[in-house]
Amino acid sequence: MRDPEYEGLGTLRSPEEHRTPVVTTGFDEQLLLRWHRAMVLIRRAEEVIAEMIESGEVRCPCHLGIGQEAVAVGVASELTSSDRCFGAHRSHSHYLALGAPVEGLLAEVLGRSTGCSGGFGGSMHLKAPEFGLVGTVPIVGATIPIAVGAALALKLDGGNFVAVSFLGDGATEEGVFHESLNLAASMRLPVLFVIENNLYASHLHIDYRQPGDALVRYADAHHVVRELVDGNNVVEVAQATKRLLATVRSERRPAVLEAVTYRWRGHVGHREDVDVGVERRDNLPSWKQRDPIARLEQGMLSLNPQIENQLAKNRSEVDLEIIEALSRARAAPYPNESAVIASVYSTSVNSKGSV
Amino acid sequence: MEYGEAIRTGFHYLLESDRSVIVIGQGLWSPWYVGDTMRDLEKEFGTDRVIDTPVSELACTGAGVGAALCGYRPIVTHPRVDFALLATDQMVNQAAKWNSMFGGTSPVPVVFRMIVNRGGEQGAQHSQSLYSWFAHIPGLRVVVPATPQDAQDLLVAATLSDDPVVYIDDRWLYDWDQAVTAPRAINLASQGPLVLRHGTDITLVGLSWTTRLLMDAANLLQTEGLSCEVVDLRVINPFDASVVAQSVSKTKRLLVAEGDWVTCGVGAEVITRVIEELGPHALSVAPKRVGLVDAPAPTSKPLENNYYPKVQDIVKHVNEMMKWQ
Ligand SMILES: Cc1ncc(C[n+]2csc(CCOP(=O)(O)OP(=O)(O)O)c2C)c(N)n1
Repeated sequence: MRDPEYEGLGTLRSPEEHRTPVVTTGFDEQLLLRWHRAMVLIRRAEEVIAEMIESGEVRCPCHLGIGQEAVAVGVASELTSSDRCFGAHRSHSHYLALGAPVEGLLAEVLGRSTGCSGGFGGSMHLKAPEFGLVGTVPIVGATIPIAVGAALALKLDGGNFVAVSFLGDGATEEGVFHESLNLAASMRLPVLFVIENNLYASHLHIDYRQPGDALVRYADAHHVVRELVDGNNVVEVAQATKRLLATVRSERRPAVLEAVTYRWRGHVGHREDVDVGVERRDNLPSWKQRDPIARLEQGMLSLNPQIENQLAKNRSEVDLEIIEALSRARAAPYPNESAVIASVYSTSVNSKGSV
Repeated sequence: MEYGEAIRTGFHYLLESDRSVIVIGQGLWSPWYVGDTMRDLEKEFGTDRVIDTPVSELACTGAGVGAALCGYRPIVTHPRVDFALLATDQMVNQAAKWNSMFGGTSPVPVVFRMIVNRGGEQGAQHSQSLYSWFAHIPGLRVVVPATPQDAQDLLVAATLSDDPVVYIDDRWLYDWDQAVTAPRAINLASQGPLVLRHGTDITLVGLSWTTRLLMDAANLLQTEGLSCEVVDLRVINPFDASVVAQSVSKTKRLLVAEGDWVTCGVGAEVITRVIEELGPHALSVAPKRVGLVDAPAPTSKPLENNYYPKVQDIVKHVNEMMKWQ
């Protein structure tokens, strides 16, 4: 239960606040348009997946991140394809924000062999290593130490690449989160922990689960640099990521970014009105007023009303991209039965065995 | 009464009749996690005794062990076997060994309830049952109810036991509907395998979900003129092989269906123990294990469909075994 004395997120957890247009002054319009396009792509792709869940065409469990797009896009904007990212069960946004093809996602949730995991993982097991996404898995907290291990490898490599662990507020309740922060801090490993605090872990609000609602306090406990931002403001997310990554890359030490946001759909599945089996009675309508996409558009339009043409172009391009990707995904075959056995062990031979 | 409702009846009986019973775990207030098996129990018995938790399997399981050492009978509930793996230290290193390593006078009356929840394209990390993993550990009693009656009775027996008990129920059984008698106190140590259906041609051994599969297969095979004896294991640690051995001494044929990977599985144990008891000539045909191929669960629908054994697979194997006289 939340300690009433605790001052944590403050206005950041209120859907009545932080509704104003995103301040985009001084930002390159092309960059803003890229962020816009990436967020629209995530939103539309997930809306299409939601429709396919409703129709029964998609059957694997899907945890949609509609409403949370700005976090993935803002962070990814500061990453390269040689950085190593890890996600969890709600990671469509991470996959798409890193630039991986939407066809690989759609085919994967449809169980097709052309999916990013060959049709073996569904929505909860995505990968796109060529875009920096090593893997996402649905055991809560599992990829946090794995990202730390990637950071160890990157440190040993000697470059300035970093590892990124995307996790939710619920994952901070697993012991391994705290072990990982300490390990990364004490070993000075280049890893950015991105905590998407959407205030819920499935059916339970954070006030039932923790005495405080701001998760950056864990960073403080481990002497890890950190920032706390409005996760529905892509500019704020990107700026904070830029500052933190400057430290992580140059000083080879961990950092925590906490981005406060909200999911619009139920914990799993397509519905807005039902969450984990019960009628939803939260303040979703208010949160929709804090829409990360609308706020960015408003900010851009306030500086340049002509930009609407470009925004509309983004929307129609994205729709076309998704339609084409979906028709290819639907036409693709299911994986071959023999792959069930063939995929268990590696078929490669370790060529580095003899030194 | 359906299996899921029978579990709830067991919980209700325990919470009502014994103040020391508490339930702790993730999703206890959510039908999405535990189905109907705990519906509204927190409303009737209070959130102090029916405790929904943060996402902290290891701490909650350890807390169950600690409360058990201090006078309570906690039922730690994990909505999936897969999630319980984060808590293995508390189950395997602590609870299972506590009594023995302190000289046999420190019992730990805790239940670790785990739910098998698979299918639906959930994939590798949301599909495991791992029965034999737990049955391998001395100090853990392991119960795997198949019938609605056992879903209720074995929960009661597990909770009243002074030992740590792993209780694994399966969502594929939640709609199995059978008459169930009212709950009563049962001594778990007196429980073991049971013959659910008498027959003379072949012994079919199952546990949890596969027992239902075998009962369906036995019904089909009867229409083909075959008489199958079905043994439901119910308790797989400590394991009593005598009921299966007795059956096999009559039928001379043995098939075990285990709904899990067969390598080092429950089936291997059953077959070995039967041979140990009856000698090398106990069987007239090689025994058969039916289970999962040695691979994690795939998601893609066609692959997932093939991954789990079906009634028809059992029928086919039995027919093959019956060719040998
Ligand atoms: C080890 C483990 N425990 C429990 C679960 C069930 N579970 C799936 S998602 C989830 C909530 C996670 O909340 P959070 O980390 O905040 O992510 P969000 O769903 O809000 O994106 C839980 C408890 C799980 N998948 N793995």
